[in-house]
Amino acid sequence: MQYHAFIIKYAEIGVKGKNRYIFEEALVRQIERVLSKCDGSFSVSRVAGRIYIEAEGFDFNEVVDHLGTVFGVTGICPAVTINRDSENHLPDIDGVTKAVLDFIDGVYPDKHKTFKVKVRRVDKSYPMDSMEMGAELGARILGAYPEMKVDVHNPEILLNVEVREKLNIFSEIIPGPGGMPIGTAGKAMLLLSGGIDSPVAGYMVAKRGVDIEAVYFNAPPYTSEKAKQKVVDLAGVIARYTGKVKLHVINFTDIQMYIYEKCPHDELTIIMRRYMMKIADIIAGQTGCMGLITGESIGQVASQTMQSLMCTGEVVTDMPVYRPLIAFDKQDIVDISFKIDAYETSILPYEDCCTIFVAKHPVTKPRLDIIKKHEENLAEKIDELMKVALETDEVITIEK
Amino acid sequence: MQAYLDNSATTRVYDEVAQAVYKTMTEEYGNASSVHHMGTISGERVAAARETIANTLKVDPAEILFTSGGTESDNLAIIGTARANKWRGKHIITTSIEHPAIQETTAFLEKEGFETTYLPVGPDGVVNLEDLKAAIRPDTILVSMMFVNNEIGAIEPIEEAGKLIKSVNPEIVFHVDAVQAYGKVLIRPRSMNIDLLSVSGHKIHGPKGIGFLYIKKGTKIVNICYGGGQQKGMRSGTENVPGIIGLSLAAKMCYEDFDAKIKKLYDLKKYLIDSLNERLTDIKINGPEWDKGAPHIVSVSIKGLAAETVLNMLSSKEIYVSAGSACTSNNPHVSDTLKAIGLDKSLLESTIRISMSFMTTREEIDYLLDTLCSQVETMRKFYRH
Repeated sequence: MQYHAFIIKYAEIGVKGKNRYIFEEALVRQIERVLSKCDGSFSVSRVAGRIYIEAEGFDFNEVVDHLGTVFGVTGICPAVTINRDSENHLPDIDGVTKAVLDFIDGVYPDKHKTFKVKVRRVDKSYPMDSMEMGAELGARILGAYPEMKVDVHNPEILLNVEVREKLNIFSEIIPGPGGMPIGTAGKAMLLLSGGIDSPVAGYMVAKRGVDIEAVYFNAPPYTSEKAKQKVVDLAGVIARYTGKVKLHVINFTDIQMYIYEKCPHDELTIIMRRYMMKIADIIAGQTGCMGLITGESIGQVASQTMQSLMCTGEVVTDMPVYRPLIAFDKQDIVDISFKIDAYETSILPYEDCCTIFVAKHPVTKPRLDIIKKHEENLAEKIDELMKVALETDEVITIEK
Repeated sequence: MQAYLDNSATTRVYDEVAQAVYKTMTEEYGNASSVHHMGTISGERVAAARETIANTLKVDPAEILFTSGGTESDNLAIIGTARANKWRGKHIITTSIEHPAIQETTAFLEKEGFETTYLPVGPDGVVNLEDLKAAIRPDTILVSMMFVNNEIGAIEPIEEAGKLIKSVNPEIVFHVDAVQAYGKVLIRPRSMNIDLLSVSGHKIHGPKGIGFLYIKKGTKIVNICYGGGQQKGMRSGTENVPGIIGLSLAAKMCYEDFDAKIKKLYDLKKYLIDSLNERLTDIKINGPEWDKGAPHIVSVSIKGLAAETVLNMLSSKEIYVSAGSACTSNNPHVSDTLKAIGLDKSLLESTIRISMSFMTTREEIDYLLDTLCSQVETMRKFYRH
């Protein structure tokens, strides 16, 4: 089927009162961003509470794939459109019938289906009203394709015919990702590791319209360039949805070694994570972020028990820590990881700072007062090491 | 300073080879099948290269078939032999420490109804001939055995195996994967009863993307790719003339002054192993005694450390080694060879491979030793307590 346009459906934006235009404009910007990467020429317009994309010379799958990365889109309806003639007339009922029959034939080679025709007449100057048109088109479809049956309650094909500036015919709604358009919320700092969870956490918060900045803790020379490249690639997965991710790479080796030297080994992971949160908090403050994002989930590993979460979250005092996966099972997280094409990258087996130099039996029920007491062993050098680590900040901008 | 010690993964191309390849690409670039003057020149160069290579094995030039490298040679040897001999039987014997180019190919043939016996190896990585003898059946059509193991440098008893196989049934085809052996070991296919022998160019300071398969005259084998009928139909596709020129020159250079170069390599190997044992604690050198294995490969397990971490640390000092086998180190599954020799489970992921070449210097080995000695104890202090 040769489509000429896409009608974009969105849900929550429609109810945002006076701010609605801000959300709609952001959505149009995001749609234009992804279409600029597709072959073809496109014109995006906001007409009467909907977004309408006229398209020419495009690849259908490419366009649908790209629109599927725009948060705020709940549905993509590929449509056939018919323009007015030279005297500014839309086709009469015979012309509409022909277009509708061609549409059905093109989209549904197998006609053994139930259908309903839904007409919407916005141009009230059109000679037939919507009820009349619906009844007439239904009858003509039954005449042309006797295998088809009407079902007004639960049709397999809901055939939409719209009489507007143009005549639009569409039936399918391809689900979009939902959420809110990027650029309508603010920015947050994602603690990105090479694992499965953190890219998913970043994706989920981004889906609420949040711009993402990320921080990765590197442990050279014990981790490889490939491990770092892997994290750059994972940031790229999120950038497909947000357009851009700024990734901060922090050299964490000296801090990690120092903690190892001075603190009990079974508390290493907790103390290490506290310092990661501290550093992320500082960078977030400097870059205008309004929150931290982690991929933590209650009980998944020793450092994510409720006791551990209390200890690691405690260091962040001036902004919220968003943990979108907190109540997710691992399999649910893996499912989303698959869906956003992060999984294959996440499971590449490179050592990172969380897998080297870790205790075999980390403490699962750390007590904050004891952790804090042991952290006092770090007093001599830790401030200096933090300062040096922050100076190593290498910013990599990933744009998609 | 830099120390490239991953020569079993690939080698630096000899300067003379690179120049010869460049000249062929920019001046003598005719298609060896073309009838005009430039084509004739290329054809003559290929014929000369074939003769040079044949000389290193003391075989007939007509028995050398150029391929894209070790993997293609192995695939052709195994699939081509299986298809040509399946009316006689469908049983193949190989070892449990072969390169994936063999293992994956026999696994593929198993889906087509062939059956494979995988011979075990001892703690030194060497196949027991009694096991081979016991595995041979009336329907055995092919035995494929590597000459030198790529991970621990074990040298298999190829000559004895050849004699044994042919004494049981001369019709069994004997294939030898010599990718790690060629250029480091003297190979005489005729006296060793080898029917097929795989070799790769980039392991001997030649270019990547070129190799050959020695096919003894009269061996029952069929082609597995189809096309323009080059190389008597056994391997269609325009001859990779620059690659062939480079490969033959590299082969010739490797076998020049051979005994002296090999002795120097063994001396370096012994020095490396002795120094490791002397200067580091809790390590294990894998494979056969130093003078029983190949001269260029040393496998060492460093207790308590993950190989990948050691490798990254060395890489930051411009020292390049590999973890297990480079071809599979991107894979989460650990080395089949190390498992087959019964290496302790705790050492499987703690094993690095140091592989040298004729270009390796004593200074490079010293640099590696100094770096390892200064870092290993520091790293152990922090590792998995």
